[in-house]
Amino acid sequence: MSGLTLFQKLWDAHVVHVEADGTTLLYIDRHLVHEVTSPQAFEGLKLAQRTPRRVDAAIAVPDHNVPTTDRSQGIADPISRLQVETLDANCAEFGITEFKMDDIRQGIVHVIGPEEGLTLPGMTVVCGDSHTSTHGAFGALAFGIGTSEVEHVLATQCLWQKPSKTMLVKVEGTLGKGVTAKDIALAIIGEIGTAGGTGYALEFGGSAIRALSMEGRMTLCNMAIEAGARAGMVAVDQTTIDYVKGRPYSPRGAAWDQAVAWWNTLHSDADAAFDRVVELDAAKIEPQVTWGTSPEMVTTVGGRVPDPADAPSEVKRHDWTRALEYMGLQAGTPIAEIPVDKVFIGSCTNSRIEDLREAASVAKGRKVAPNVKLAMVVPGSGLVKQQAEVEGLDKIFVEAGFEWREPGCSMCLAMNADRLEPGERCASTSNRNFEGRQGQGGRTHLVSPAMAAAAACAGHFVDVRKE
Amino acid sequence: MRKFTLLDGLVVPLDRANVDTDAIIPKQFLKSIKRAGFGPNLFDEWRYLDHGEPGMDPATRQPNPEFVLNFPRYRGASVLLARDNFGCGSSREHAPWALEDYGIRAIIAPSYADIFYNNCFKNGILPIVLDAAVVERLFRECEAAEGYRLSIDLEKQTVTTPGGEVLAFEVDGGRKHRLLNGLDDIGLTLLQADKIKAYEERRKQEAPWLFSGSQQ
Repeated sequence: MSGLTLFQKLWDAHVVHVEADGTTLLYIDRHLVHEVTSPQAFEGLKLAQRTPRRVDAAIAVPDHNVPTTDRSQGIADPISRLQVETLDANCAEFGITEFKMDDIRQGIVHVIGPEEGLTLPGMTVVCGDSHTSTHGAFGALAFGIGTSEVEHVLATQCLWQKPSKTMLVKVEGTLGKGVTAKDIALAIIGEIGTAGGTGYALEFGGSAIRALSMEGRMTLCNMAIEAGARAGMVAVDQTTIDYVKGRPYSPRGAAWDQAVAWWNTLHSDADAAFDRVVELDAAKIEPQVTWGTSPEMVTTVGGRVPDPADAPSEVKRHDWTRALEYMGLQAGTPIAEIPVDKVFIGSCTNSRIEDLREAASVAKGRKVAPNVKLAMVVPGSGLVKQQAEVEGLDKIFVEAGFEWREPGCSMCLAMNADRLEPGERCASTSNRNFEGRQGQGGRTHLVSPAMAAAAACAGHFVDVRKE
Repeated sequence: MRKFTLLDGLVVPLDRANVDTDAIIPKQFLKSIKRAGFGPNLFDEWRYLDHGEPGMDPATRQPNPEFVLNFPRYRGASVLLARDNFGCGSSREHAPWALEDYGIRAIIAPSYADIFYNNCFKNGILPIVLDAAVVERLFRECEAAEGYRLSIDLEKQTVTTPGGEVLAFEVDGGRKHRLLNGLDDIGLTLLQADKIKAYEERRKQEAPWLFSGSQQ
């Protein structure tokens, strides 16, 4: 008999009940709540006269609607404001801890969970947000859910699930200079496709993954959903444990020792069998730039916009043609010749301190190109912002001509006032290049923070390795 | 939740792969704190030529005559025919809410994104998976014949074409049962309350830090 995968170990530790057909009632340790996908869940609870089973397992934060400019006047848009006020009222009514908009700990839900030690190895973590896969970086089973399931978790602390298939994505070797976790993520999606992970839980392994910081691992697991996988994960190692230690909600004393003893078992056994294994050579991964309207429409910075005539199927030819039309691109154009109008450095994918350091190191002593209308840096949380300011990163950005903003989801999905105008082209460190994602008619190219900073200064995409 | 048993419905074909939930219901409509009323903004950016914002009167909008939902022949459709990886991207349940509010009760596609697929079952929508070659054929039949309808029988797990062809589909037994009976998940789960309590008691011993609940 073969050993267990990390997924199986996490699953087994959370089984409450199994139906005859294998449908499992799975216990949820941590429930992250934000303002967009929770109001109807709270309303449902109230209508059924139910109360949350464990308020201590939930934590709430407004992030999607919050302004990234001056907050002293609150939220200008009355509909956004009502949504945030509704979260405040629901948390107050039920006694759920909330990091409100004026709290230094406020930020993007997937940044603050790990930052506060609310996300711990071995946990099941859910949130009404697909990028919950981020938390799998800690050797946790973390996945996004809909609002009905948000209500279900509030009421029962459990979810009905069936085990996923397992896929090991093994990245061996050493990344080249200027190549980051974001490039690994995009290269994987380019390899397996945006639906390649559907039905699977992904585990990222291999020497290149073990060499990543926690920030890098979070970027990678964050993008698992863009490969179609609800969950992505990385085994626990010393890097994980060092990151978690001393965080506000991390265990201490005897509980810490007890926890670490269990966490050290949270890796796939050497003889574990996966349903699928994909291997990538880290040394061959180059800086990535998406050219289309799906994250799988990606190439290297040295590449060219592809020709739909070369598409592998009729359906794809149709999609590529439509994507090029939407993106305003001609087949054959070198990626490095595509100019950008705006640059966005932020989002739950790339707004942590390491991301900002990476971008600042490229922007240092340079200026945003005159053709770039707006280059903005949106830290992932108030604490990331504070740390960046201690390190002087804000000054580097501001001197280069970037705007230094308040934390939130911002222009990743443009629910607040930060957005692209029709036809504007953006180098973005976010996760989705879908039509209209950053504003109706906006054109998104996904890149790493270093590549975004380099594009801001050059005015077009440029190979950060040659900067 | 509304039951799903039998459906005989007009079919609208949406011939695009990887239709994401941002396309199904754009972000500006997610600011609502209600569960209903998303139908007029289903596929908003494809369906209208003007930019949509919450609170706009649909009667004053400019429909895009080239978008399939606006073709008069598809008015009143309740079955959506779609391509691979339908519903990818964001977990927003507003996507099935918008489809349901518009009148879509069943979707037929070769594959779906996991979270969207799951969300459909919570809202009385049946997402049917059929082989890509079969879906391709249904697209051709649907586009060729105005008024093309399909009959769906969840109990028997069949889709019947106007030509009398019967196509079988798979669906998870538990989900089928809940959809057929319109059952509330939470009510069913609470029947397991003793087991949840027993699990919690055991975990409090094994992993007490998971229950400390506050800053350490």
